[in-house]
Amino acid sequence: MTVTAAALTPASRAAPKAPRDRTLLLMLPAWAMLIVMFLVPLVLFFVRTFAEFDGTTAEFIDQAQDLLLSQPYLTALGTTNWISLIVTVTVLLIGYPIAYYLTTATGIGVRIVVLSIVLPYFTSIIVRTFSWMVLLGEHGLVNNTLMASGLIHAPLPLMYNRLGVLIGMSYVLLPYMVLTLYAAMRAIDPSLLRASASLGASGFYTFCRVYFPLSLHGVLSGALIVYILSIGFFITPALMGGQHDIMIAMLIDRALEVAVDWPSAALMSLTLLIVTLVLYAIYYRITDIRRLIGAR
Amino acid sequence: MRSWPRYLLRLYVALMCVWLVAPIVIVVILAFSGDGYLRFPPTSLSLQWFARFFGNLQWQRALLSSLVIGAIACIVSTTIGFFAAYAFLRAEFRGKKLMLSLMLTPVIVPSIITAIAMYYLAGRLGLIGNFLWLGLCHAVIAMPIVLLILLSALRAVDPNLERAALGLGGSHTRVFCRVVLPIVLPGVLSAALFAFLASFDELLISLFLAGVRAQTLPVRIWNSLNLQVEPTIAAVSAFLIAITALILVAEGILRQLGQRRRRAAT
Repeated sequence: MTVTAAALTPASRAAPKAPRDRTLLLMLPAWAMLIVMFLVPLVLFFVRTFAEFDGTTAEFIDQAQDLLLSQPYLTALGTTNWISLIVTVTVLLIGYPIAYYLTTATGIGVRIVVLSIVLPYFTSIIVRTFSWMVLLGEHGLVNNTLMASGLIHAPLPLMYNRLGVLIGMSYVLLPYMVLTLYAAMRAIDPSLLRASASLGASGFYTFCRVYFPLSLHGVLSGALIVYILSIGFFITPALMGGQHDIMIAMLIDRALEVAVDWPSAALMSLTLLIVTLVLYAIYYRITDIRRLIGAR
Repeated sequence: MRSWPRYLLRLYVALMCVWLVAPIVIVVILAFSGDGYLRFPPTSLSLQWFARFFGNLQWQRALLSSLVIGAIACIVSTTIGFFAAYAFLRAEFRGKKLMLSLMLTPVIVPSIITAIAMYYLAGRLGLIGNFLWLGLCHAVIAMPIVLLILLSALRAVDPNLERAALGLGGSHTRVFCRVVLPIVLPGVLSAALFAFLASFDELLISLFLAGVRAQTLPVRIWNSLNLQVEPTIAAVSAFLIAITALILVAEGILRQLGQRRRRAAT
């Protein structure tokens, strides 16, 4: 409930300056909705699920330990972390040159690139995943083309394994990285680059010693946001992964759908939620969120 | 000598754009396939899958559910988000950055957790399969998007215009309706479009909360992808892509309109 306090104290503190501060009341519906429809369900889900556990606290801790140290959970934890790291690095390597291009180019080229990023960005994740399933399937376009060209004789296993998950997730998350990097790179003062060049530095040297260090901030924000989104991913790994690619979110879903085991689902959700929120707090510290809305 | 890295970069970016757009284009082409199963390139073209999509009662129902739920989410989140964005910019208070990041948490928390928590509450309240409730749940996810779009739209409105109108004797409500709203109307409309899109594309919350009655298009695609991939999905996907593309075009037009209005206002 600290959220309510944060929303209301500034209003009461500034109350004497009558008409202007009534505008703050306009925020009430938004907070009411967030609290009733988002915070309350989350808190209730955790509190009630744990409260409904039959048995003593010691038994509960025992069970929780069993679950959190169990082989499936630890494996899923490792898989989630590994997939998320690879996806983050892949997307960073792919996205950095694109964002760099966007900040330096002008005209029709920029429009085409922005459109190619924005169209997939706003297309439903399930549609994007489906299109990769069509491309990477046993008789998909990629395999058929390779077979027809004679490069391979049997279809390559491109889907229902780790590779499929990595391709699908990188595709879905690339726009987040490019847009974050672009916002950071746009803030780099071009006169610094000109200064470096006029002092006799080569283009490559200027990039390595001036441009790249200045963009590191964006690299960190982009990597964090992609990692945060990756560890909670469900749809793409569930559809494109194999039996060795169970991520945490899928384990949570299975605990509920297959075993109807609410306490396990709640416990795993809680750990995932805590990790996500801690990373989001770091993201909050290092990122100027106001930049997202174009403020200076 | 200096230009070849530049060409290399351009080539790379062009290739990446192809990589980004190709899957979407291929699905659209597949949707017009005349073959009996998903094969690329199709040997003949037809509208058979669209006919199946629009002719099937279950798909029709899913489309209707998606539209109704999207409309609820869009209206609720745009209205609430608009007031919040306005207050956020005009009121003076401390901790704005913290408040904004708290209001953005619905898009940060993994959707599987949000979905399960909402499912738990809806189950308790007997609201599974309730269109209005599902629309409100989607509004929670759509509001952060609305907020970001409207904050940047409202920021462009000069507060001096409002002060001037107030100084000329307009009431707060009147100034709001006659000065602020007309200037930011394009921004509000584009926020509404994206809010609708956010709900229209949402899968996990719908998956848990829809029950049998309120199954949306993404839920039906999901079910079908998990059982057997029927080619109708390509047509449904192409339809969703078309909606996305239309909304992006509309947003582009609205943005130009907004710039013109702001220029006219100052």
